[in-house]
Parts: sequence; C-alpha cells; structure tokens
Amino acid sequence: MSLSPDRKATVNAEQLNTFPKLLLNHANVRGRKIAMREKDLGIWQAWTWQQILDEVRALACGLAALGFKAGDKLAIIGDNRPCLYMSMAAAQCLGGVPVPLYQDSVAKEMAFVLDNADVHFAIVEDQEQVDKLLEIRDGNDAIGHILYDDPRGMRHYDFPFLDSIEQAQKLGREFDQANPGFFEQQAKAVDGDDIAIMLYTSGTTGNPKGVVLTYDNVIITARNGIVREGLTENEEVLAYLPMAWVGDNLFSYAQSFVAGFTVNCPESGATILTDLREIGPTYYFAPPRVYENMLTQVMIRMEDASRIKQRMFHYFMALAKRVGTRILDGKAVTFAEKLLYKLGNFLVYGPLRDVLGLNRIRLAYTAGEAIGPEIFDFYRSLGINIKQLYGQTEGMVFICVQPDGEVYADTVGTPAIDVEVKIDDNGEVLYRSPGVFHSYYKSPEATAKTKTEDGWVYTGDAGYFAENGHLKIIDRAKDVGKLLDGTMFAPKYIENKLKFFSFIKEAVAFGDRRENTCIFVNIDLEAVGNWAERRNLGYSGYVDLAAQPEVYDLIQECVDKVNEDLSRDPLLAKSQIKRFLVLHKELDADDGELTRTRKVRRSFIEERYAPLVEALYSDVAECHIETEVKFEDGRTGKLAADVKIREARQFTPVAKAS
Amino acid sequence: MYERKLGDVVLQVDGISLSFGAMRVLNNISFNVRQGEIRSIIGPNGAGKSSMLNVINGVYHPQQGAITYRGKTRDLMKVHEAAQQGIARTFQNIALFKGMSTLDNIMTGRNLKIKSNMLQQAIYWGKAQREEIEHRRKVEEIIDFLEIQAIRKIPVGKLPYGMQKRVELGRALAAEPDLLLLDEPMAGMNVEEKEDMCRFVLDINDEFGTTIVLIEHDMGVVMDLSDRVVVLDYGLQLADGPPDEVRRNQAVIDAYLGVSN
Repeated sequence: MSLSPDRKATVNAEQLNTFPKLLLNHANVRGRKIAMREKDLGIWQAWTWQQILDEVRALACGLAALGFKAGDKLAIIGDNRPCLYMSMAAAQCLGGVPVPLYQDSVAKEMAFVLDNADVHFAIVEDQEQVDKLLEIRDGNDAIGHILYDDPRGMRHYDFPFLDSIEQAQKLGREFDQANPGFFEQQAKAVDGDDIAIMLYTSGTTGNPKGVVLTYDNVIITARNGIVREGLTENEEVLAYLPMAWVGDNLFSYAQSFVAGFTVNCPESGATILTDLREIGPTYYFAPPRVYENMLTQVMIRMEDASRIKQRMFHYFMALAKRVGTRILDGKAVTFAEKLLYKLGNFLVYGPLRDVLGLNRIRLAYTAGEAIGPEIFDFYRSLGINIKQLYGQTEGMVFICVQPDGEVYADTVGTPAIDVEVKIDDNGEVLYRSPGVFHSYYKSPEATAKTKTEDGWVYTGDAGYFAENGHLKIIDRAKDVGKLLDGTMFAPKYIENKLKFFSFIKEAVAFGDRRENTCIFVNIDLEAVGNWAERRNLGYSGYVDLAAQPEVYDLIQECVDKVNEDLSRDPLLAKSQIKRFLVLHKELDADDGELTRTRKVRRSFIEERYAPLVEALYSDVAECHIETEVKFEDGRTGKLAADVKIREARQFTPVAKAS
Repeated sequence: MYERKLGDVVLQVDGISLSFGAMRVLNNISFNVRQGEIRSIIGPNGAGKSSMLNVINGVYHPQQGAITYRGKTRDLMKVHEAAQQGIARTFQNIALFKGMSTLDNIMTGRNLKIKSNMLQQAIYWGKAQREEIEHRRKVEEIIDFLEIQAIRKIPVGKLPYGMQKRVELGRALAAEPDLLLLDEPMAGMNVEEKEDMCRFVLDINDEFGTTIVLIEHDMGVVMDLSDRVVVLDYGLQLADGPPDEVRRNQAVIDAYLGVSN
C-alpha cells in the first residue's frame, strides 16, 4: 500500500538553497526585523537579521583566521543560546559542517562523537563544557581550537587553543577588513547538495550514528512544513529543546531561516515556563510529557482554588470536552453551545491559556511517543491547535503530520508534502522524501541497511494506514509479534493504551506466539491510593492495595475499555486482552525489570514471573508467588503473595463508523 | 594548575575575650585573615564560632583584645560601620524578608550604595532613576551569578531552605563586600545543595577577589574550600593553620571525636 503526496511545494527553492544565502537575503529584505531574542539579566535582548549577519560574519571570519576551512566540522555544545545558533551559521558560511552535541553528555560520550566526526574545532557555552573538552583533549590533541561564550570561572585557564567567541570575532573583523569580499565569496560558494549539518542519533543500541543531511534535505523539508501549515515571518518560537536534536534544528533554526521568524532563547533551563508566558509563542513543539506536566500543574492548582472557581472550571471544562474540539475542527455545533463556549473562553479557557503561555499559539506539535487522548483533547478543547507529527532524524523530521480539521488522538496524520509512505510485508513503515538523509557518517553498511538504493528509508516502526488515510504507528517493528492465529500482536500499543489511565502505572503484555493476550498491571500507588481513601478503603501498602477486590474492579473497568477500543480496530481486534492480574510488586529498575529510562523489559519479566505467566495462560483463578526484591539500601528480601487472576470482557469486532 | 597567592593581612584579631556575665564565650583568641583568602572557623556546637563572627562585624563588643581591619584598630564599632567598611555577612538562621521577592531582598543589600534621597526616589526622575537602573543591573548580575533567575519574583518565604540560603548570600554580595562573613552557609542542606554552595563560595572568591571568612560544621567542606582553618572549642583556640596540618592536630581530633580514657 502506498500513498502519494497530494500537495506539492509551491515555493521555488532554487535561489535561496543554503543557510548562508538565506541569511544574506534576510539581512537585505528584512534587516530590521527581529530574528532572535535571549533573556539576559532579566531583560529580553534582541538581534535583528542585519545584526545576526554582522555577528555571524565576524565569527566566520574569525574561524577562518584560526584556520577553519570548508569541509571542517565544528562541534557546538551548550544550551540554546543565540551565539551558538550563530556559530552554526558561521560554520556553514565557510562551507563547514556544524555538529551539535547533547550538552548533558559526559566527556566519554562526547569523545566518541568528536572522534567519529573528525572534529577539530569546538564552540561551547561555558566552563562546564570546556572542562569536558579539556578532559578529552588530554593526551590527544585532535580538537584543535575551542571557543567559549561565558568566561566565568576560566580566568586562570591559560591555553593557547582556548579563546572567547568575542576574541575570535575581534580577530574576524580584522581579517574581514584585510580580506574584503572573502565572506561573500565563501558564503555564496555553498550549494544545495553540500552537507549542511551532522546530527548524531542517540542510539539505544550501540554507538550513536552521525546522520549527514544536505542543505536540500533540510531546507526543502523546512519549506514544505512552512507551506503546509501556512507559517509566516511573524511567528514566535521558544528554543528550549537540545540543539543536538533534529527537531530543534528544524523548528528553531531551519524554519526560522527559511521563513524569517523570531527565535527566543530562555534565560535558563529552570525559567522555561516563565519565559514561555512572557514570549507567548505562536508556533510550539513539545514532547507529550511537557503537555502532561502542564496539565498536572493546572489540576493541582485547581484543587486549591475556591469552591466557586472550581465549579466554574469543571462546568466549562465539561462543555469544552463536548464541543471544544468540534469548534476547533470547524464542525457544526448548536448556536447555544457556541455562545456558551464563548462565555467559557472569556471566563476560563482564555485565562488558562494565558497562564500556560499558550494564548497566541496558532500551531503546536507533539511527537516522540504516544500522547494520552485525554491530555490531547484537553488542550484541543481549550482551542489550542495541537497536532501530532511523525518524524525521524533520517528524514529531517517530517514524515506524517495531522492536517487541520482531521486530528485524531490515535493516528499521526497523512504524509507531509513531497513524502511518500508505504508499508512493507512485515508491517514496517517506509518513506521516501526530499528530506531523506545523505548517509550515516563513515558507515556505508549502516546506511545500506536503512536506506534502499531508490531512496526508501526503513523507520523501524510498525504501522498501517487507517481507513481515513491516516498513518497509525503501533509499535517498534522488532517488538511486534503474532498470536497463534496469526493476528498482529503489538505489546507496546496495548500497554500504552492501558497506561493512559491514571490508575495504571505500568503494564506488561504477553501474547507473541501464544493463544491470546494476557497482561500484568502495576497500579499507580498515588492515584489508586487517593481513590481508595475517598472510598474509605483501608490498606497497609502496595501489596495490600493491589490485592483488594475493589481495586481489581477498578482495573477491570480500564482493561475492558481497552478491549472495547481494540475491538474497533480491524487489525488488532483479535488481540483483545483475555486475562489480567495486578502484580503484587511495583516493577523497579533496581530489580532489572525496567530500564533506567523506565521502559519495561518484557522478556526479563516473563522469565522472572514465569509461574504467574503460566497461571495466566491456564484457567486457575489465583497463583502463589515468591519474589526476591532488592531494597533501596542494597539488602534483599522475599516478597510472597497470592495473586488473583481475572477474565476481561471480550467485545465483538466492529468496523469503525467514521 | 594555577597556584593560589595570598595577599597582605586585612584583618587581625588579637587576644579577643568575650563574656556574657559569668559565661566565658571567647578566651584570648588571635588569628589573622589575608587578602583574597578563604578562612574557616570550625569547632563543635557552642565553641564560640558565631560569637567570633559577631565580634568581627561589630554586633558584640569584646571585653579584651583588639581588632585591626585594614590597618585601623577599633574598639567600639557599630554594625553599620562594619558594613560601610565593606564587611557583609549571612546568618546561621536565615534573616530575610519573607514576604518580599528574591529580587527585592537582594535589592536591600544595595541600601548603603543608594545616594538619592527619599524625595528623589518618590519622584523617580533623573538621578534616582539612573541609580535605580544601575542597582537593578547589579542585582540582576548577582541573580545570574547565583543562577536563581527562576525564583526572581517569588516571595522568599515560599522557597525551600537551600534556596533561601542562596538568596541570603545574594543579598550579602549585593553590598559588593571586600570581606564576606558566612555563618554556616551549608547547614541543613543536602549533598547536591552543598556542592552548589561550595562552587559559589569558590567562584565569589575567584571572580570578585572577595576575602571570605566562613563558619562551618561540615569538616569535609571546610577542608576542601579553605586556605587556612582556625579551630575553636568552648571558647579556646585549639589550632590554626592549613587544612592538612589542622587535620592531623591531636587536640582537634580529640575535640571532634572525643577522648577515650
């Protein structure tokens, strides 16, 4: 199955096909328009496009004077700072390749990337990063020159290869005077098929890989995104996600350079929420957990509000839930509902959006992992146009985007402009687009494994097109299995659906090469504990609470709802949950049951709790188990319990009426 | 690596004795503090450490002994005179204005530097306005230095303890002191907060060249930070010297670990 793009880019990208050319053009066309802001000493400082060009020019010439040449790599390490974005542009103006690194990596991790990318120059934020580079440089002088922004703490650093950005720019201005025309000549020599940037993917297995992207990859994709969403030079964005991540490079650099809009850098990592409010971005990206945290904050603060405010809030939120998303999608609602929603907007939604700093949002994206439908709908019902997108570093982000008016919580939308998407026989998603990366740096085998000769890229994700033409991503392709009757079994998809319920903290689904799907559930002690207290249900701790029949009833409701949901999905209807149990112990990274990033280690758990799994697939209603647990002080102990097993309700598959 | 160089003696404490009635708090204490130094006073509870600090900045007046600061020997100095001479301090029990924001609290540290009078300030025009902008800038630099931008506008009473300590340090810094007295800056902090505070103390000393006298309980902290250490016990001076020397001193070991006999 293949889906072709329905809309083509309308903007001619021929002339302005590199960042240096775009920068020269902006300085010419909108020289006095603000390009970047940064909050410093409590005041938002601004740079116009002309000022950006001047700074970049001085820095580029300074780098040239220090020996940086076309094709050289420039490591960039630090928080989102205008000077670091300008460093990126400076390297590109000389035909060099910026390589942004994750600023919180330890020296050892950085050493691999610096070495792999053949980095000889680095521009970093502060002493912390300089110290890491000095540690790496010790005994190996591969990193030729280091420039830094913030001199604090380094007054006694006396190394010939260490300068401040300011010093380099001073040097650059002299160089510029001595070599008139040098900068323009260099900047204009860069072309669309030259390498624009190298971004290292975090690499969950093995070492990170350097994804090489050309100007055409980056700029055409950025421009297509702008065209599809109708973005203009008047957008405001907040640059707060790591510069080494492809998303930040797209939203805070590439699209700003293409469209000419303003990028705002927060004062520090801790002030992001305040800065968000002060700036009021019109275009915003955040991973699901950011939206989730914001929602939790709102709910906690509402608990403390006065009775009248609480009632008003709940009344209008219920209304928003009914009609808010319909209004946003331009669907029909009654006149009375429209009027009430307007009142709600005045009393609740508007002030709430303002508090969240999302009042001016025209477009908000989320991606990276599945977002809970409740959270998603909460923001949309407030009138915030939040949409999911599906993307990868290898494709310069955009693969699929939800079109306006066709936003569903469980799909990632239709292919972006110029992107083709197909599903192979194993259910894996492939795409082909102008954004498809050039290669993995110095790794032709890995490149060949991921990218076919005619330009299709394997995503590693399993998915399919729903009837409405939207792509639905269900799991990592390697985790997807099959039930004995051949039904597709997507464990993470089922687990995520369960985890969207606040009562369920973790879930583990079994079913690959088995008759049906069965699950373990971990209850959320806080949420279920609160729920129990409100019902005057006494309990002594996790083990006790998890075994209460009332709690089983509660979890059964959640499981049944998931089954009802699954029954509507033609592909997954037969993988409905058959039996479930509430685990007597919280899954813990210390016991090896979760990874440090809190992902369940399914096969390890299956082995560790083998008797329970066996019981799930038999017809017993209870199973005794003893487990060894590690306490926080390092001692071990035994935890014994009789775990009850329940049957979940089965729903007959129905075709979804849309 | 870079060698530390200590300057001339800026503060000389000579034979200080202090009593409250029959209670002898300090008994013939003598030591000096040199320019650019981080000097620690340590000792068990009730050793007289805070009293010593109070003597230095003029809160207590000792019955015997003399204090020479920058070549001037003084007898009865008032607290504000100490401040005028460039001595600032923080307190063991935080002494901030709880209802005021971080920014305003630090601004109060600029008090002595404000030259315009109340009327000018009320009109907020000309000199007063220029002055206010300049002070605000200085305060913002301190906020930046101590990395407390996120709590700039939050009332201090709402902040966790470790943060309040940092604000208090900020207020002392706002006076741009030559000599900074810190009374147990790390008391009641967790490991991470302690590490942060240590870094700030070192950075203040390094960036502004401020001489620092520090009282501290945590031996590890003291030994890492200090150039020289004075050890007090029940008002008596047990030892005085570089950390390594003090660490090996038998009297100090006995006082800290107890004597078995």
